[in-house]
This record gives sequence, structure tokens and C-alpha cells, in this order.
Amino acid sequence: MPEASAAISTSNIDFESIRDDFPVLSRQVKGKPLVYLDNAASSQMPVQVADRIDRYHRNEHANVHRGIHTLSQESTDAYEDTREKIRRFINAEYKHEIIYTTGTTDSINLVANSFGRTFVREGDEILVTEIEHHANIVPWQMIAEQTGAVVRAIPVNDRGEVILEEYLDLLGKKTAIVAVGHVSNALGTVHPVKEMIREAHKYDVPVLVDGAQAVPHGVVDVQDLDADFYAFSAHKMCGPTGFGILYGKEKYLDRMPPYRGGGDMIDKVSFEGTTYNTLPHKFEAGTPPIAAGIGFGSAIDYLNKIGMDHIAAREHELLEYATEQLLSIDGLKIIGTAKEKASVISFVLDEIHAHDVGTILDQHGIAIRTGHHCAQPTMRRFNIPATARASVSFYNNKEDIDRLVEGIKEVKNLFASM
Amino acid sequence: MEHIKDIQQKIIREFEALGDWTERYKYIIKMGRELQPLDDEYKVDENLVRGCQSQVWLHTYLKDGKVHFEADSDAAITKGLVALMVRFYSGQDPDTIINTSPEFIQKIGMENHLSPTRSNGLASMVKQMKIYAMAYKAKQQKEGMKA
Repeated sequence: MPEASAAISTSNIDFESIRDDFPVLSRQVKGKPLVYLDNAASSQMPVQVADRIDRYHRNEHANVHRGIHTLSQESTDAYEDTREKIRRFINAEYKHEIIYTTGTTDSINLVANSFGRTFVREGDEILVTEIEHHANIVPWQMIAEQTGAVVRAIPVNDRGEVILEEYLDLLGKKTAIVAVGHVSNALGTVHPVKEMIREAHKYDVPVLVDGAQAVPHGVVDVQDLDADFYAFSAHKMCGPTGFGILYGKEKYLDRMPPYRGGGDMIDKVSFEGTTYNTLPHKFEAGTPPIAAGIGFGSAIDYLNKIGMDHIAAREHELLEYATEQLLSIDGLKIIGTAKEKASVISFVLDEIHAHDVGTILDQHGIAIRTGHHCAQPTMRRFNIPATARASVSFYNNKEDIDRLVEGIKEVKNLFASM
Repeated sequence: MEHIKDIQQKIIREFEALGDWTERYKYIIKMGRELQPLDDEYKVDENLVRGCQSQVWLHTYLKDGKVHFEADSDAAITKGLVALMVRFYSGQDPDTIINTSPEFIQKIGMENHLSPTRSNGLASMVKQMKIYAMAYKAKQQKEGMKA
């Protein structure tokens, strides 16, 4: 994550010319050059990835895993190549521990359902942090309702950091699983997941990490973290929408039943009974989003070429600059001031609703997110209805931040002039 | 009560007299500020319009066969747009509300706010106003049948 990589220099990478890979960055919005600072919602796609997907559709398309013909074999190879790329990217031990899903939400639902139905019992406890994305709360509530388990929230302090003593108090023999975001989408907090996992393992409790906001922004090593499950999405890391990953340790995945039935996930089917395919295919029923899978492989190549350590260092630089510049604005308060943060700055302005800030910034061609960020409990914790959120990517630059700061000043002027 | 088409024309003319988007947004914010405040007793969850990113409360009552709306929001621009809708629909009879769409929104350059996929929920508010009008119409018909 960024803190470890901050020392790495970005000087040997030309981040300004990298912007040319993203044609969208040179378009105009409302007659002004676009400033895209909504990367935590979705990142932009470089031409290399778009071209790869285009080539697949034009020349290579065929269904995977079932054909005897050349085209099918080629598309299967390209689609399966991504699995090995992902394995290396997050340093998983085995390729079959990489399960393709439709995104982080789908990955978490898979674990909640499959692990939940097998291992969660009445009276068990599922621990999540108080500031999780709804995708890492609601699936657990649903499985808790079915099994009679209880979802309990690990509190955070006023900076938006998990209170470790409280976590240790909650953790125990009743705990069935811990589900924690690696980086909070609403506040940007980098949670101490390695430490949290180590503590959970003392009770043999597995930990699922929602890595949607972490994998795009730094080096993630699932073996080093010792994570039992790790979920993330392609579209937040230069890839297409509708594709995501669930990493799971073989020892759990092997014992978990399939989540969805259909083609590809079976071994033998008869009306007397069906046996299931091996990992990873057991969890991948039906024709998958092949083009998206191949496109994601190309996104991984793209990120590797720049280097995740360089990306982390670049974003760390931008985040520090943005924090400093934003804090120079009177009446602006940053929500989430954890020591370790990545990519995201959430803020509120005195007397001006976040929604108004976002609407006026849009008029200036500046894209940010406003609202509760699919994290209503987080907003309640900080006693605010909504925040404005700017989130940076490596292809942003200081000029983007300056434009944001100018834009916020314009918002303030507009309201002050009335 | 003023005819709804006249109100529509008046709003369009008011906005035509304004300059760039800054002027238009300032005017909208001003209308929100001038909106008659909604009593706290009506700022309750049951009156919240669903689908709004900012909070919008909508209170309604029927008086002399006309539907009256009172509303509020915690965000300034939304509140201004809400004020426009209240000005447009409040005091009209149910049929007029059901059969008239706020076409002026496009003419004043605010059509993106009315998109059903827009999270500010102005579209939800209009829908909610029409649902109230339909409910009042059904009630009136039922009472008419009894009489």
C-alpha cells in the first residue's frame, strides 16, 4: 500500500505522457476540459485495453471451455491467461484460487452464501467494520438472517481508523468470519488488515478482505497478508465493468459448495445426482463475460508496465498535495483523517450541501462523487448526511487538483454572493 | 388560480432574462431560499421522497378541490428546483397535475436534473406529486359517487 511505497521515486516514469493513453481525459465537459476525480467509483480505460477488447470482438470471439475448434481454443487460452496474470499480480499460491466473478459485490456474495451456508451457525458472529461499503455489510446481514447469526460492527475512532482494542474484544470463539475493507471507499482509510488477520487466525477465524479500493492503488500480496478471501473489481483498475475476482485459499474453497448451478461448473450430471467440477470452475457457472476477462488481463499488463509501486508513489504524492491544498480552503473539513490513507479525500463545506458542491463543480467540468457513497453507517458515524469525495488515480495531475480547488472556491463565491 | 400554462410561460421568460448558468443557478437557489418553510412536523420519514441523494420532504393536502404542495430539502439547488415544482403544481386540480409535465425544465436548461437516472431525485418528486394527484382524484370520484 502507499505508505510502504512512498519512498519509491516516480521520476523515471513520465506520468504526463501516460495521460495520452486515456482519450477521455482530453474531452470537454460543459465547455471545459474534463477533470476526472471520481476514480474510486470507476477508473478510466486506456486505449491499450479498449483495443484488446475490440480485437477480441472483431477477430477472436468464441465460447470458452467447450469447443473443439481453433477459435474456441484461442479464446479459452486468452481468457485463462488472465487467471495466471492475476495470480502473479496478487501473489496467490495457486491459479485455481483465483475465481472469476462479476465484481467485488459478487465475490462477497459468493463467500457469504457458500461459506455462510456451510460454516456459519446460529449464534455465531460476523464482524465487519463500522465504515464498510454496503456490499460488505448487506450480504452478511442476509446470511445472518438465514442462519441465525449476528453481524457486529467494529467501531472506528474520529479519524476513521479501526479501534483495535475494540476489535480484539469482539473477536472470539463465536466469530465465524471477519469481513473488512482494505481501503475505505468513503474515507480512504487503509485498515491494518495484516494485523487484523493475524489476530483472527489465533481463533482460526477466516478473514475476507474487500480490496476494491486497494488493489488499484498499490502492491497487494495475499500470501503476505495471509488473507483467506480477497475480493476486487476490474473496472476500478483500468479494466472493463462486469468482471471481478475472488481470491480464496484452497482449503476453504475446496470445502465450499457451488454458489450457482449451470454449465461449466459440473463434472457429471444425471437425475440421480450431479458432481461438480474442480476449482476454480466449480464457482463459474454459465458463459462468462469473456471479452471483459481478456480485457482485464490486458489492464493488468498495462498496470504492470508502469509498476504498482510507481503508481502508489504517484498517487501518494497527489493525495498529499490535494489534502494540503483543500485544507487551505476556509470552512472545508476533511472527513477521515487516518494516518494511512489511499486515493480518497472526503470533505464537507460549511453551510453548503455536498450535493450542491457536486452540481456546481460539474458545471466547471469537474467530476467528483457526492452522497453517502454506499456507506450510510459511515455517514451516521460522522453525523453527516453526505460528503463530497475526490479520488485520484495515477493519471491525474496537480493541475487537476488545482482545478478542483479553484472550483470549490467558485462554489463558495456563488453562495457567498447571494 | 393561475393557469398552469401561464405559470410555465412565466418561468421560461424569467429564465430567458438571465445570463449564463451561474445566474440561472443563483436564481434557483434564491427561489429555494424564498420557499415557505415546511413545518418541522412534516419533515418526517414518511414524507421523504425516495430516490433523492439529498433529502426532500413533500407534504400535501386537498383544499376546495385543489391539490396543495409544501416541500423542503437540505440541499440548496435541490430546494430551488423543488420550489419551482411547488410553484408549478401547487393549487392546481388533480387532473391538471396528472396531465401536465414540467416542460419548462428543458427550456430553462435544467433537463439533466429531471433525468430519471439522476440521483437528485427531481424526477421522483414529480412522480410523487402526480401519485398524490391521482390518489386525490380517486378520492374525489368515490365521494362524487356517494353524493
